[in-house]
Amino acid sequence: MAENILKELPIKPASNFIKRTIIGIIVIALFIWALDGLNYKGLMDTAQGTFLAMIRGILNPDMDYLTNYTIDGLPYAILETIAIAISGTFVSGILAIPFALLASENIVGKRISRIGKIIITMIRTFPEIILALIFISVVGPGAPAGILALGIHSIGMLGKLFSESIESMDIGVKEAVESCGGNNSEILFRAVIPQVAPEFLSYTLFRFEINMRAASTLGLVGAGGIGAPLIFAIRNRNWERTSLIVFVLIITVSIIDIISSRIRKKLV
Amino acid sequence: MSLHNDDRIELQKPLKIKSRLTLLVVASIIIGSAIFAEFSIFDLIFNLDESLSLIGRLFFPPNWSYTTRIISALLETFQMAILGTVFGGIIAIPLSVLAASNFTVKYINVPVRLMLNFFRTIPALVLASLFVAFFDIGSFGGVMALSVFSFGLVSKLTYESIESIDHGQVEALMSLGANKLTILRYAIVPQVLPQFMSYILYALEVNVRAAAVLGYVGAGGIGQSYELNLSWRRFDKVGMIIIVSFAFVLIIDFISSSIRKRLV
Repeated sequence: MAENILKELPIKPASNFIKRTIIGIIVIALFIWALDGLNYKGLMDTAQGTFLAMIRGILNPDMDYLTNYTIDGLPYAILETIAIAISGTFVSGILAIPFALLASENIVGKRISRIGKIIITMIRTFPEIILALIFISVVGPGAPAGILALGIHSIGMLGKLFSESIESMDIGVKEAVESCGGNNSEILFRAVIPQVAPEFLSYTLFRFEINMRAASTLGLVGAGGIGAPLIFAIRNRNWERTSLIVFVLIITVSIIDIISSRIRKKLV
Repeated sequence: MSLHNDDRIELQKPLKIKSRLTLLVVASIIIGSAIFAEFSIFDLIFNLDESLSLIGRLFFPPNWSYTTRIISALLETFQMAILGTVFGGIIAIPLSVLAASNFTVKYINVPVRLMLNFFRTIPALVLASLFVAFFDIGSFGGVMALSVFSFGLVSKLTYESIESIDHGQVEALMSLGANKLTILRYAIVPQVLPQFMSYILYALEVNVRAAAVLGYVGAGGIGQSYELNLSWRRFDKVGMIIIVSFAFVLIIDFISSSIRKRLV
């Protein structure tokens, strides 16, 4: 009797001990190789002084800079950063739609959609700072270069998300319009867009949150926004100003995150 | 019975004022910000020939002899990304557990979350330039910056997935009288581990891209040679860096995303 029960028990799955060990060894080897490349020179001799100066700077933020309402002041730089993020997101929201249609299997078929997906992946992997540098040499330094860089770079993410929501939409509506004799543009405007519009808007807002963070670093290379004053302040060890900029930046980004996520919750 | 005119039910159209007003506000925000940033599409069109000539100088003819130099810098970038991800991932484990609202009390998880938000808001480039002020120019500052940055990213994703676990297993252990640590080990970790691994790989992808630009502020990696060549206006070398690092990022993304698909 007991033997029978033992026979009925499920067989223990083959141990993947060897596989796990190999993966573990690979990971550890990669880590050791990476550690080998690290050139740790220790703290700088000036580190203690820098730290004390930084603490002093955090305690006395540069209030004149905050209340300077001219083009050199903080309010202008923050507004410019927001403007870059808004315009860049808008540009990419428009440009991403044709790319998304090109990458959607249920719109253009399997073969073309694969090509479209590859194009979108390539755009996504291209760093935005490098795009910004390229556009700076085209339109000159300033906010427009940042807008173009964000506008092009964001197509990568928005195009992917848009095409996923197009692919997962209810195909019945499209067929209903088709069966009534609707042509392609009617299918697009009566069946596709009304279904995907809320999701598109929500993704675009989400990208706006990301772009807000990106816009604040683009200035480091001269593409407008808060990044340039920030990097100057850090390079000059002007911690009074650095702490103020970082503080205001964190507050602005957090407020925008809260507003945008509220709207997104209402949309979907 | 016949319907008189008075009995007819008139369906009121929904008020369009609200949606039109929203549209107006949104449109004026967008147009306003475009004007504020002095963005015009004409500038772009008029400068189109310039952009084409720049692309010509960047990529034609490609400077193949420079490739070997780039690859060593790229490997350094990759090393930085690995270290940043590992350190960030290790710090993220306790903090994401502390930030999960179904595991800790409010007094702990709210401040921890605020701190995570704080770290996620500071751009990696800014972190890097701060660390360079402490640790001198070199890859160590970059690794520190990437660690802080990826710890913010991984902890946020992980605490969210801890919050969305299947609660049945936790309750089963609780009913057996298990303490918090046992619940963590046998109910939460097994459920979250595959997702955590996938977030780590995602952070690695993001870090490879971030590490490629950190050199711009002196934090090691490929960004340094990028800035150098750009300031010398050696566009052929810049173009080669773009091509090689682009291929490199694509390969890393491909490997990592195919592992991630198997994990989850």
